[in-house]
Amino acid sequence: MIDKNRNSGLLSLNRRTALQGLAASAGLMAAPGFVRYSQAQSSAPIKIGFQAHRTGIGAAYGRWYEKTTAAALKLINEAGGINGRPVEIITEDDGTDPKRGAEVVGKFASQHKTDIVFGTLFSHVVIGSAPTAGELKMPYYVVSEGHHVASTKMNRYCFQPGITDVKSQVISMAPWIAANVGKKITMIYPDFAFGHDHRDYFTPAIAAQGGEVIAQIPIPPTESSFTRYFPQIPAETEVIYHVMVGPAVLTFVKELGEFYGSNRPQLFGFIDSLEAVDVASPGLEFLEGSHFWEGMPRYLQPDASDAVKAYRNAVGIDENGAAVGDPKDVSTSAHMFGCWETLYVVKQAMEGAGYKGPEDRGKLVEATEALTEFKEGPEHPQGDKTFNGKIHQCFGHQNISVVEGGKLKVVHRTSIEDGLYEPEGDYTTQAL
Amino acid sequence: MSPGNSPKKVYLLHAAVIAVLFALNFMLPEYHHGVLARVMVLAVFAMGYNILFGYSGLLSLGHAMFFSAGLYGAGLTVSHLGWGMAAGFAAGIASGALLALVIGVLALRTTGVAFMIVTMMFAQVFYLLTLYFAEWTRGDEGFVLAQQARRIDLGDLHFNLTDPATRYMAALALFSVVLLATLAIVRSAHGRVLVAIRENEERTRMLGYDTFANKLAAVVVSGVICAAAGAAYALLFGYVGSTFATVQYSILPLLWVLLGGAATTLGPLVGTLFMFYVVDITSGYTSAYLLIVGVALILLVLYFPKGILGTVRERWIKWLP
Repeated sequence: MIDKNRNSGLLSLNRRTALQGLAASAGLMAAPGFVRYSQAQSSAPIKIGFQAHRTGIGAAYGRWYEKTTAAALKLINEAGGINGRPVEIITEDDGTDPKRGAEVVGKFASQHKTDIVFGTLFSHVVIGSAPTAGELKMPYYVVSEGHHVASTKMNRYCFQPGITDVKSQVISMAPWIAANVGKKITMIYPDFAFGHDHRDYFTPAIAAQGGEVIAQIPIPPTESSFTRYFPQIPAETEVIYHVMVGPAVLTFVKELGEFYGSNRPQLFGFIDSLEAVDVASPGLEFLEGSHFWEGMPRYLQPDASDAVKAYRNAVGIDENGAAVGDPKDVSTSAHMFGCWETLYVVKQAMEGAGYKGPEDRGKLVEATEALTEFKEGPEHPQGDKTFNGKIHQCFGHQNISVVEGGKLKVVHRTSIEDGLYEPEGDYTTQAL
Repeated sequence: MSPGNSPKKVYLLHAAVIAVLFALNFMLPEYHHGVLARVMVLAVFAMGYNILFGYSGLLSLGHAMFFSAGLYGAGLTVSHLGWGMAAGFAAGIASGALLALVIGVLALRTTGVAFMIVTMMFAQVFYLLTLYFAEWTRGDEGFVLAQQARRIDLGDLHFNLTDPATRYMAALALFSVVLLATLAIVRSAHGRVLVAIRENEERTRMLGYDTFANKLAAVVVSGVICAAAGAAYALLFGYVGSTFATVQYSILPLLWVLLGGAATTLGPLVGTLFMFYVVDITSGYTSAYLLIVGVALILLVLYFPKGILGTVRERWIKWLP
């Protein structure tokens, strides 16, 4: 019955209806919004493919990466977009899986036809996707903090301009730890790549400061209880450097507390362990007085700049670094600023290259490589940074915070020089 | 009706499938072209699994280790020893064959649920080894094979495996060889013994067949095919990482085979393709796509209990091998 009516409706299309339709279409075409899109390609939106961890182990990070990206996108578009063109973000879930990650990069390139791909966090997804990005000559801006891009083992199309890499972060901690916390250090780390990075970069860095790693205790990734490892910690240990990650971190801290009681060595850790976890959670009391690396402070600091406040308001986090209106929804503050800053770097590079479309991707790569520094301000609220175009990696300031009353208070901010190291290669020698 | 009754139809069907896949190289839009190349490699993985699960009735929960043996066998030799693509591929297959032989000898002492657990445990050991030897494997992060290394030079002929058409053809060549090999195995005396073992091992043994030797051969063949898929994955897509050794990649081939139809030669391709597009399409609409995938799987189990091609064979095309 319904089909019949529809058919009869179509058949009854007469001259008047047709004219009305034409008039309406013409009206639409004349509307200001439409004209911009329908004229030349130059005013069509710039499409950015966002490879997001919506599911899988990276989901907590992925959600906040999306929020931060949306907030930056809104501001960029309100200020006229990139090269006067609006920017559109197309998001695909990579399941925090390297195989799916590579597929998603292919999808962005050939189905969504995005101009670039952006936003990946987990190292294995970056490394799994990088070959595809290189083959498709798709500029790939990651926000991962891994050392993979800077190692120059990826390819000319991979960049990390919005967040420092783990090697830089780790070595910049050494001078302060040696001077303020202790020189005899025991490292406890997960026995996979993330832990190995800390082991391999921190050990020589602290030695250069006159300190020493007196024990390295790798914890197998399948472990869910840690008590049996603690007797391996030498008695003369002054600092325990810990970077456990994942759900087991709460058990780790609790058991460490039970092992030491009130008479413990100093503790130093990376906030990666507790991203998206409330520091005041029950069981974490043992961390009171211990120190953490933070990329960008989770808690609003008394001396925060206007740019930091504006950034936090735009993303929607309160003074404790949790979602406005939901104090339990703690953000991944130490990393997610990288999405914001990377988008502004992309804007700067595209405008520098006079980017018009995918045919200008080579120019965009060269324009990004030509960048040297980013000034602190609304576009780079975490702080000023330098950029090494040969290794496609930025360098910036790091924060060291102490846990006080269940909150993190910044006690030291490293200089950019603290995190510099000798480049391991040069991407610019590769063909475009 | 046994598959042997219509050999001509069977060969024609398989030739037609290969011909269609060949033709699709020139017809598919860019994205789906890339997808199909990847799906063919993964379908080879599923075909390897099908030899053991579908035809021999041995449910392994550890096949990720065979895929990864190929992946690392190829990846490590190319990356650290500077081997060429062909030598790397051969190293991948050899790694898979050796591993399958050792695992087969040990795991085949068990049957049923114990076999599942033992294979899963061995796969877990393999996974942890990829993390333990992180100095070479880069553990969970993995490593890439340099773009310029992924080419084959045969005299004046140069094949660049990063070129989409070359990659597609390489994947198709592997897929075709494995498909025809599977068909040959299934139709051979050995294949029939495997089916007999699946149906009733005691009776097969009573008839005088060495069931252990036949099962071991099946494990090795299955391992070699899965390793070939892993090696091809490393060389064609340029990434090697321990994610492929996790239990998830032991479950996936089981799922693909069950979906497409266990003990059907073409089922693994159908299952892998189906699963890829269900995930690809639904994830475009909702982050809860795994829920939709779950519902789709339940519906399939309800209405196609023997998988897509298994049910097609049962109801309509009886001669499907």
